[in-house]
Amino acid sequence: MVTDDMTIVFGGDAGQGIRSTGLGFIKANARSGLFPFGRQDYKSRIRGGHNFFEIRVAREEIYSHTEGIDLLVAITEETVTEHLEEIVAGGGIIYDEGLDVDPEELKDNGVEPYPVPLNRIAMEEGGAKIMANTAAIGAIVGLTGFDLSYIEGIIEENFAVKGDEVVQNNLDVARAGVEYVDSHGYSANYHLEPVPESEERMVINGNQAFALGAVAGGCNFVSAYPMTPSTSILEWITKHSQELSIVTKQPESELAAVNMAIGASHVGARALVTTSGGGFSLMVEALGLAGMTETPLVIAEVSRPGPSTGLPTRTGQGDLMSVVHASQGDFPRIVLTPGTISEAFQAGARSFNLAEKYQTPVITLSDQHLADSIRAVDPGIIDMEGVEIDRGELLTEEELDSLEGTYLRHEFTETGVSPRALPGHENAVYKTTGNEHTEKGDITEDPEIRMKMMDKRAKKAETALENDIESPIAEGPEDAEISLLCWGSTYGAAKEAIERLPEKGVRANLCHLRDAWPFPAEEVTGFLDGAEKTVLVEGNGSGEMKKLISQETGRVVDHEVLKYDGRPFTPDYIVEKVEEVI
Amino acid sequence: MSEDVTIADYQYPTQPTWCPGCGDFAILQGLQMAFADLGLKPHESLVVSGIGCGSKLPHYTNVNGFHSIHGRPVAVATGAKLANPDLNVVVTAGDGDSYGIGANHFLHACRRNIGITHIVEDNRVYGLTKGQYSPTSYKGFVTKTSPEGAIEPPLEPLPTALTSGATFLGRAFSGDVKHMKEVIARAMEHEGYSLVDVLQPCVTFNPGRSYDFYNERIYKLGDDYDPTDKQVARKKAEEWGERIPLGVIYERNMPTYEEQVPALEDGPIVKRSLDMEERSGVSYGEIKKDFT
Ligand SMILES: Cc1ncc(C[n+]2csc(CCOP(=O)(O)OP(=O)(O)O)c2C)c(N)n1
Ligand code: SF4
Repeated sequence: MVTDDMTIVFGGDAGQGIRSTGLGFIKANARSGLFPFGRQDYKSRIRGGHNFFEIRVAREEIYSHTEGIDLLVAITEETVTEHLEEIVAGGGIIYDEGLDVDPEELKDNGVEPYPVPLNRIAMEEGGAKIMANTAAIGAIVGLTGFDLSYIEGIIEENFAVKGDEVVQNNLDVARAGVEYVDSHGYSANYHLEPVPESEERMVINGNQAFALGAVAGGCNFVSAYPMTPSTSILEWITKHSQELSIVTKQPESELAAVNMAIGASHVGARALVTTSGGGFSLMVEALGLAGMTETPLVIAEVSRPGPSTGLPTRTGQGDLMSVVHASQGDFPRIVLTPGTISEAFQAGARSFNLAEKYQTPVITLSDQHLADSIRAVDPGIIDMEGVEIDRGELLTEEELDSLEGTYLRHEFTETGVSPRALPGHENAVYKTTGNEHTEKGDITEDPEIRMKMMDKRAKKAETALENDIESPIAEGPEDAEISLLCWGSTYGAAKEAIERLPEKGVRANLCHLRDAWPFPAEEVTGFLDGAEKTVLVEGNGSGEMKKLISQETGRVVDHEVLKYDGRPFTPDYIVEKVEEVI
Repeated sequence: MSEDVTIADYQYPTQPTWCPGCGDFAILQGLQMAFADLGLKPHESLVVSGIGCGSKLPHYTNVNGFHSIHGRPVAVATGAKLANPDLNVVVTAGDGDSYGIGANHFLHACRRNIGITHIVEDNRVYGLTKGQYSPTSYKGFVTKTSPEGAIEPPLEPLPTALTSGATFLGRAFSGDVKHMKEVIARAMEHEGYSLVDVLQPCVTFNPGRSYDFYNERIYKLGDDYDPTDKQVARKKAEEWGERIPLGVIYERNMPTYEEQVPALEDGPIVKRSLDMEERSGVSYGEIKKDFT
């Protein structure tokens, strides 16, 4: 059977151009109308710095990578030994013929050997060994029947800055790679055929999608301290800060970052802070300050597995309880948990409106898997033009001009939201404070005012839940035997798992929480009550969402599939674990 | 600037909760007088404070105030200044707040030359928490948390700031409001970061460093003093003991942080459109092209 859904892994040492080769291949796939899903893995524990770039390509939109490699491209012997066991039956390895690899042994393991003189082609046709990657791409094209012209286009673009000669050399190397495979009669049972008349696609990762959402959402101030895997948001916005007029600041610490954002927001900026779990922990006191002073604050917490430094370049969903409960005392906050590129974009765009409408912190909890994995999407989902800016109860210049009497920054209102003036207008000179305060912003210890202020702030969460918290996404047949619940990046793998479970004779559906707080209890309760057997799938060690669901709905999810090895879920893994629980 | 601003514009009904005789009263008065002298109206400034006795100051005057958390007012003020450089941004906070828990922000504000005025109510003790030693307490200071006397020598604010790149160093004393007003006014006029370390008696928890102690030692720098000479300034900044200088110890004009931020070239971001295309002239289509 010829398949058009395949996984290719490029493996090699750090510095061998694995990443740029992978990215180029992804772009070529996307332009041909296919849907690539790519992710890089750094296995820093291995001496020599083996790392790999994994690309799954399919004809339909895909939301996850899967297990098993169809085609391994090995620039080093280590790549072969590291990944041999993952190669599926009928899969193969393209490797340099100079590597110490025994083709007969591969065949005994059910793996097709495709020796290609990658280095020799690179030297003879291109004049530099680094072009072995390009030769490998040529070999892939030869094996899969992919259209070389897309690769040629990428080569021309990528190497244009290095001059015509480099472009030509790479083109020659790629073509020689194709010819070598063709002339040696290598064949494989997968096929990458361009999709005719397909639409143009964007190639983007979760952090970039969030950043695009943020700038379309009016973000004009970013203060952030670098921390993997959040840093690329700060870097992307900073790269464009001058042309887009966005103030970006990398300050002395996360304490500075979050408090600068609070100061900027207090005077009217749409301020963003990006960080990961460790940095977020440092920001916790300031989170409460924003809650108490009713200052809009947008945080992107792109998590990685803890505790402490944990697995710094890997993925995990162990910060849910942290972001939902962080900081002393009770105050409203909004937590978004996007699971797709579209949702990451929306989170970036919605955050600033939500923060200003409810004058409180809004946290997007993403993770390394969503942040870094690269996907092809329809540009329509990155609808920057469609983003509308809503500043909520912010008083306009005209409203301030006609303001009479004493301005009450923390006025009691039905919705809990008080009209907000930015400092700088004559008619609204005011104070605010992290101490409990009166409507006017003066410190108070009055028990009655205290109760009313607590209730006023809490009311904002109710208002937000009614108006702005998105219902969980429900997918699959209503009469399922198994119902999965998930949130954040796990959605992609879970989505594919419920599509595959019927093959195992199991009817399954799912509920994905894209907004986690204020908790959409009504919808989740409804889903749980209508389900036969429920399974929470999440990337942490203690079932944080499972606990949160119990806390908020009084219902206990029947089973849990947890993963906390630092690696993202795959549909295969979920299917296997679900079969175990039934 | 308007002529008609007086200290009366800065009066506020809330009565300070400070102990009678506390040096913070004079700082409040000195700041109000400086605002009035410069013709600044209450809505033109934002006073950011941290947590401590002195940090309550914004609550006692008619001005925009942001009473934040312990150690962070310099960071909050920096963000406010970066978002709206048109505001006159002032920090009032204690020595514990500024030089202890918030010391990192202090150091970086100095070298960053961000245009805020940082007034430190330096009573050399933790007042609000009722009398523990602070980063500027003298070695041997006996408190509830240093019954045998503080072991560490004090942090020296002015030399530390100078070494860290500060472009304005002032010292004032709560016992001389008029002089303090002048130092604060000059600090607010300075473009870039300005530090005013105020010798502030805490009559309750640090009576050994009160009015008498300072009155015996302070002297004012005269008109002949040249604050632009860094070598001389270093000596003055380090002078502490029998004689303690007051006044503007160092002032040098250097580009401020905010004036070097490209995104602020066309004015404060808070006064510009939130619509990215409108603000920048860059279309969404161009941005999205990066990803195809
Ligand atoms: C994070 C944090 N730690 C500790 C405290 C308790 N605390 C409040 S004020 C203060 C020290 C006050 O000293 P200083 O900053 O010098 O101001 P002063 O009261 O002397 O004016 C401390 C430790 C706090 N509010 N927040
Ligand atoms: S404790 Fe000291 S610093 Fe605090 S108000 Fe009293 S005298 Fe002033």
